[in-house]
Amino acid sequence: MSQEIDEIIKRIMAHKGVIGVIIVNNDGIPLRSTLENSQSVHYASQIHSLASKARGVIREIDSSNDLRFLRVRSTKHEILVAPDHDYFMIVIQKDASN
Amino acid sequence: MSDADKKEVSSEGAKEETEKIKEDKKDDNKEAAQTEEKEKDSSEAEKNANSNAEEEPTDVKKPEKKASKVKNKPGKKESKVLKDEPAEAIGEAPEEANPEALPENVFPLFMTSKTQEIYNCKCDEDVTEENPFKFIPKSDILEDMKMRAAVCDFHPFKQQILDYPGEDVLIVYDFEFKHGQNFIVALTEEAKELLLKVSETEEGEAGEEGEEEEEDDTVYMYIPPEPKDWVSLGSEKEIDESTVKETRRKLKVSVKRIRRDFGAPTAFADRNVADVKDGAVDCTSYDDNNFDIKRIELDKAVQAISEQVTEGTQTDWKYPRNANTQTYPREYTEDEQAALISTKECSDFVNEVAFDFHQALQQNEIMNVFYVDWVHLGDGDDAFGSKADNHLKEYQSFTDLQFSKDKMITCIQWHRTIKGVVATSVAEKLSFDQRIDHAAKVIMTPSLILIWSFADPIHPQLILEAPDDIFSFAFNPTDPNHIVGGCLNGQIVMWDIAAHADRLKQQRGSNRNKKRTVLINKMGVPQENASLQCTQLLSCATDHCVMLWDTKASKMHTTAMYDDKKKAQQPSGVPDTFKHLDLIWKPILRVTLSKSEPGGDHAPTKFSIQERQGDRSALSSGTENRENDVTQTMQGGFHKPSSGKERTLQGVKTYVYVGTEDGEIVYADWMPQKDQDTGKIQTPKPAYYHVTHDGPVVSMQRSPFFKDILLSVGGWTLALWKEGVSSGPILESSACHVKLSCAAWSPTRPGVFFVAKVDGSVDVWDLLDKTHEPALSQSVSPTAIMQIYPFQVTQKQQLIAVGDIAGTLHILEIPWSLRQATPNETTSVANYIEREVKRRAFVVERWNFREKEKRELEADTKRKAGGMAAAMAPPTEEEKELRLRQEYEAYLNEEHNFLRELGIVQDEEIPLPAA
Repeated sequence: MSQEIDEIIKRIMAHKGVIGVIIVNNDGIPLRSTLENSQSVHYASQIHSLASKARGVIREIDSSNDLRFLRVRSTKHEILVAPDHDYFMIVIQKDASN
Repeated sequence: MSDADKKEVSSEGAKEETEKIKEDKKDDNKEAAQTEEKEKDSSEAEKNANSNAEEEPTDVKKPEKKASKVKNKPGKKESKVLKDEPAEAIGEAPEEANPEALPENVFPLFMTSKTQEIYNCKCDEDVTEENPFKFIPKSDILEDMKMRAAVCDFHPFKQQILDYPGEDVLIVYDFEFKHGQNFIVALTEEAKELLLKVSETEEGEAGEEGEEEEEDDTVYMYIPPEPKDWVSLGSEKEIDESTVKETRRKLKVSVKRIRRDFGAPTAFADRNVADVKDGAVDCTSYDDNNFDIKRIELDKAVQAISEQVTEGTQTDWKYPRNANTQTYPREYTEDEQAALISTKECSDFVNEVAFDFHQALQQNEIMNVFYVDWVHLGDGDDAFGSKADNHLKEYQSFTDLQFSKDKMITCIQWHRTIKGVVATSVAEKLSFDQRIDHAAKVIMTPSLILIWSFADPIHPQLILEAPDDIFSFAFNPTDPNHIVGGCLNGQIVMWDIAAHADRLKQQRGSNRNKKRTVLINKMGVPQENASLQCTQLLSCATDHCVMLWDTKASKMHTTAMYDDKKKAQQPSGVPDTFKHLDLIWKPILRVTLSKSEPGGDHAPTKFSIQERQGDRSALSSGTENRENDVTQTMQGGFHKPSSGKERTLQGVKTYVYVGTEDGEIVYADWMPQKDQDTGKIQTPKPAYYHVTHDGPVVSMQRSPFFKDILLSVGGWTLALWKEGVSSGPILESSACHVKLSCAAWSPTRPGVFFVAKVDGSVDVWDLLDKTHEPALSQSVSPTAIMQIYPFQVTQKQQLIAVGDIAGTLHILEIPWSLRQATPNETTSVANYIEREVKRRAFVVERWNFREKEKRELEADTKRKAGGMAAAMAPPTEEEKELRLRQEYEAYLNEEHNFLRELGIVQDEEIPLPAA
């Protein structure tokens, strides 16, 4: 089963500009990561709180709604976050057009 | 009670009345009578016309009522009558209850039918039960009485009728014979009225059963109380008892004395109290119970207040203790991670979201959604001229006829914050020899820095004076109001134009500003540097030193300064920003550039260090030292040599490139280290140096994009260096036909730099285009160009300032093609540099290879030439010894000669020949 996940991670990494993929559990502890540990822990903790906040925003406005995908675009990278109840996954992509 | 009795009683009452009236004066009798009457009254409640009860209820109204009812008997009777009234009141009250009672002066009367006829009050005809009242005129009665005398029914009342004051006499038909007769007559007005009232009330009473009507009709008249005689009630006895009466006769006492004794002398004697028993009698106070006043009632006040408690608190002073916490992120071990990731939920989740990710990533690849087309729409059109146009356009030129004519421009600096302001320093264009010749003249003319603004091309905005010609100056990057300049005579001078800064912005007139002389040194090339506040500057001079200065006041100096301040007067108009440095400014650090080989030291003309103001990337590389030195001047990469305790940032490159007068490039470490030979802490010798250029190095510029790439220009050539590559320049150009005077990198394009030549033209080199010759060459000025400085003035405008030897400052605009970086230019240039470095390495390799080859070749030739093949190949031991001995002899000779020169002659042994 983890092979499936590995495959998927590999496919995602194959995209242009992808810097890293992190899979985090709902406590904010990274489970799998293609970046080094300190960096992935850093990302995981920050993104965890951001995703919770974003989810709270969506739920607050419409309680039947829920957060499905979150994209944060910065000058250098784009961070893609897919939250779930138990896990969430983070992908960092460099700005490809630059 | 029969009628007869009633009558009797009434008549008796009348009699009694009269009797009693006589006895009016006597109190006791009265009392008796009253009590009698009282008794009577109580027993015969209804019939008592005369019962008196003064003690009875003080109903004021009723006596008054009675007064009105009772017929007015003249004189004294009135009082009696009044007295009787209360009784009557009582009498009346029960009377009302008991309709049998009659009010006073109301008598039952029997009227015969004859009488009735006469008076027209026949029973049941004129007067009925309902309407029993009849008023008979008094005159009629009197007439009747005259006529019929005793026969008249009114006869017994004759006297009363005669006395009757009113006109009509009231007759009330007594249907029920209540009062004994069939009529009752009221013999007084009051009685009449009373009857009327009574009847009304009676009627009212009767009517009450059925209806109520006349209750409210009673009219209360106010009759003021009339004075009554005082009736004694026994209080006289008490008064008698309390009064003081003489019970016996008064006694008379007479006291006499012998006349003789009056005024006789007397002898007094003293006597002590204790001498005689009972000499003194004390009347001590004692509690006498007789007079003990029992306080039954006490006046006491009570006030409620809250309980007050005085308390103090004091906080414990606890030692401040440093405490820190360190958080660690939670992490899973490898096994845990593996376990968690292999769960079904996880894989499901990943499968689910993978699609979204692919979509998003592809989107990003396809296009950049944040690219604002609008902003980039007119990019090409803004340039002055067409896009293809790629030469520098003349924008403006500045000349000051008074100050900068016939002078050469030695340095140009753009003002960092104020747009459109550029400063130039001018100096006499004389060579050193000429200067000496014209020394007198040179001193007279002032040396200036002119600050121009675009608004006014003829008059400079600000003129800064200096003691001598300035050859280099710079603005302080953090505080553009400070300018430091280096003079030809070696002084470093500093200006503070804060007072006049607004002039620069407003672009009005021109102004002279004096400077603050600071210290003496050789000709300097200052380059402001370092620290957040930018207080340090580097200067290099041809006295073989690069020096570091600090403009902050050091603690030691301030105390000494205060004495000097009082003495030294400030020249007027000079701000005292740097007064603390006056006359005592010393360099913090001195980097001597000594040559490793004999022949003097290097004389630097230009230099460049890696660290730049505001560049903090060095911090990230050093891990241990972050805490300590972040706030210190280490950002710039400097530290004071005296305080060795400060830890240095490891990641800072402490090397400086220096270009010398001889065309050498020297790479030195400015950080002082312990010198092994002498044991002192001083800057070590340069790491290496290179003779590159044919003439003095005129410019050393670091690339704004690559921190370790330098451009050095000198003589007829230019060279590109990379820090760390010590073998040689990465790129070395061929010699131009004219001398190069200045160079500068383009601020926006990493592969472009400008070189100025002495024929007045500017060359544009593009590393990605051609590396053997300039991409573009343009003539700018008729005279030699001394300095160029490109600067990004606005986003769309990049200007290059070119100063020539004639004193004119040309401002040219850089065309779009030279301004706009090509895509990925940085990476391309970086790649180019890499290639060159590799080439260099290869060159070195080849060189070594060649060297080896050469040596072998020489060996071969020698072998062939010498012919002593066997002896040559390995030198024999004898040969070696011989050589050594020869060397030793040579050394001894030298030593001998040396000592002889010194004057210390020693008899030496003749060197023994080798045995």
